[in-house]
Amino acid sequence: MLVSYDLVLNALIAGILLGGFYAAVTVGISISFGILDIVNIAHPAFIILGSYIAYIVNAQFGLDPILTSIIVLPIFYLLGAVIYQVYYLSFEKRGQDPLRGLAFFFGLLFITEVLLILVFGVDYRYVSAFYIDKTFHYGVVDIPMRMLIPCLISLLMLAILQIFLSRTFMGRAIMAVAQDQLALRLMAADPVRIKRVAFAISIATAAMAGAFLIVIQPVEPSIGREYIGRVFAICVLGGLGSLPGTLIAAMLLGIAESFTATFYGPSWAPAVSFGILLLTLAFRPAGILGR
Amino acid sequence: MRSLPFLIVSLVVAAIIFMIARTFANDYVFFAGYTVLQFVVLATAWNILGGYTGYVNFGTAAFFALGAYTTVFFHKAYPLPIPVLIVIAAMVSGLVGLGMGYLTLRLRGSFFAIATLALAVVLQTLIVNWDFVGGSRGAYIIRPREVAILGSYIQYLFLIMLLLSVAAIATARTIERSRLGYGFATIRDDELAAEAAGVPTLKLKLIATMISGAFMGMAGAPFPYYIGYLEPASAFGLPYAVNSIAMPMIGGTMSWIGPVIGALLLGTIQQIATVTISSAVNLLLVGVLLVAFVIIAPNGIMGLLKRGRRKT
Repeated sequence: MLVSYDLVLNALIAGILLGGFYAAVTVGISISFGILDIVNIAHPAFIILGSYIAYIVNAQFGLDPILTSIIVLPIFYLLGAVIYQVYYLSFEKRGQDPLRGLAFFFGLLFITEVLLILVFGVDYRYVSAFYIDKTFHYGVVDIPMRMLIPCLISLLMLAILQIFLSRTFMGRAIMAVAQDQLALRLMAADPVRIKRVAFAISIATAAMAGAFLIVIQPVEPSIGREYIGRVFAICVLGGLGSLPGTLIAAMLLGIAESFTATFYGPSWAPAVSFGILLLTLAFRPAGILGR
Repeated sequence: MRSLPFLIVSLVVAAIIFMIARTFANDYVFFAGYTVLQFVVLATAWNILGGYTGYVNFGTAAFFALGAYTTVFFHKAYPLPIPVLIVIAAMVSGLVGLGMGYLTLRLRGSFFAIATLALAVVLQTLIVNWDFVGGSRGAYIIRPREVAILGSYIQYLFLIMLLLSVAAIATARTIERSRLGYGFATIRDDELAAEAAGVPTLKLKLIATMISGAFMGMAGAPFPYYIGYLEPASAFGLPYAVNSIAMPMIGGTMSWIGPVIGALLLGTIQQIATVTISSAVNLLLVGVLLVAFVIIAPNGIMGLLKRGRRKT
């Protein structure tokens, strides 16, 4: 089969842009699941929540969705802190088996989704911003702005988080909590507080990812489920808790999905992430940049 | 009670339930009862893996839909009677469970849970793209109006689900009291210690996943005949996954009776809530109950009862 060069090039670029966005979607999971070992399967639901907040503010006041998400970051941070506190008191502290923690997050996922359906219905919602329907044409290459802007801001967010985790005291403490809680306690740092901060940050990233999502495509409440497979595939492939690994894996998945969508049709794209997840779990559970 | 007498007693109970249901002149009893019993099977099946070994399966809908789509496939290709379809569905779902378990059960429990979540999405993608079974448009299954001896077809379906419930409960109870069940319990309590003591944990986990998946598939096999029109979004609906987790969690995961209580309770409440309030609200109720129970009463209603008995 002769494949057109333009098509391949465009699919590659679309994949890289999509990958940048996936990195933003996954970074929260990389922190909560990868570093803190909290299997927050409700993360995609919080992303959708972020999308809807961006949608409401955009529809009411015409504010830019991504700007909105930056403004609501503290609210999501607080939400994350509260959820972690409940999780800690009910499961971690009591030493309950992880089964119940999983069921807890699954319940949260479900409640968020059903509440959004009750309030907004199952219609697709979208936002308006000046850049959404603009596209760069560069020779044969098309770069839609609605993909480019989320991708760039997402890369910026990842860079900030990476600097935070590797350079600041709190960031290093978060990395340390993943390795040895007892040692951390001996250094006079409270592991619960550090985990709370880290989890809150992970939920805060969902606000950003939610805004990106609704800029990229129309959103309805149950769309988050499609992202569960993706985020965990990326997180595992990236090597659990490594942000550079997350970025690489997100790009890989973005490109793989983009090629699948181009050459086999978009309806096959959701299967790609699962294939990658299963293959990774079967052959290299430590991921690309595994510790 | 030994397993055989238990089975006989359950069959007698099932016969009584069926007879009582027959005294109602209204077919609605059977429609509602079918849904509740379907949840008894799903919750019991989920608990065989989730409650006994402690591995969370979020993919109930995937196994259920596998069973349902097995029926759709044969309905189009070569119509078979429902009991035969149930056996085939059990094999299909069991094998998928085995395959997935083999790839993911060697890792930490959370990986298995995540993989099951993703499994539902992928199978849905496959079905949506498979035109033979209706694709995203869905498939119509015309059920026969009448069936020999019983008369109405819904009574036949109800009876099948009733027998499936008995089979699932009896299996769960037998497992619980067998070497297999003790093996499962060691995995739940401390997998590392179990492995060190010579328990073949991977093999046991695979057996649990297979049995659990098979029963979920069996619950799904008659579903297309019940619903009449099957489409991927409803067959893979999140409510199946949530309910089959919420019911054992609310009833209590340690023994076979927990999921049964949870399913009867939640299933009935939902039937009432769907009719009187709305189906979205009743799903919200399930989610809230699930979260409330895992936080406040980790051992479910059975745990509460036990605690209450100890106090008095």
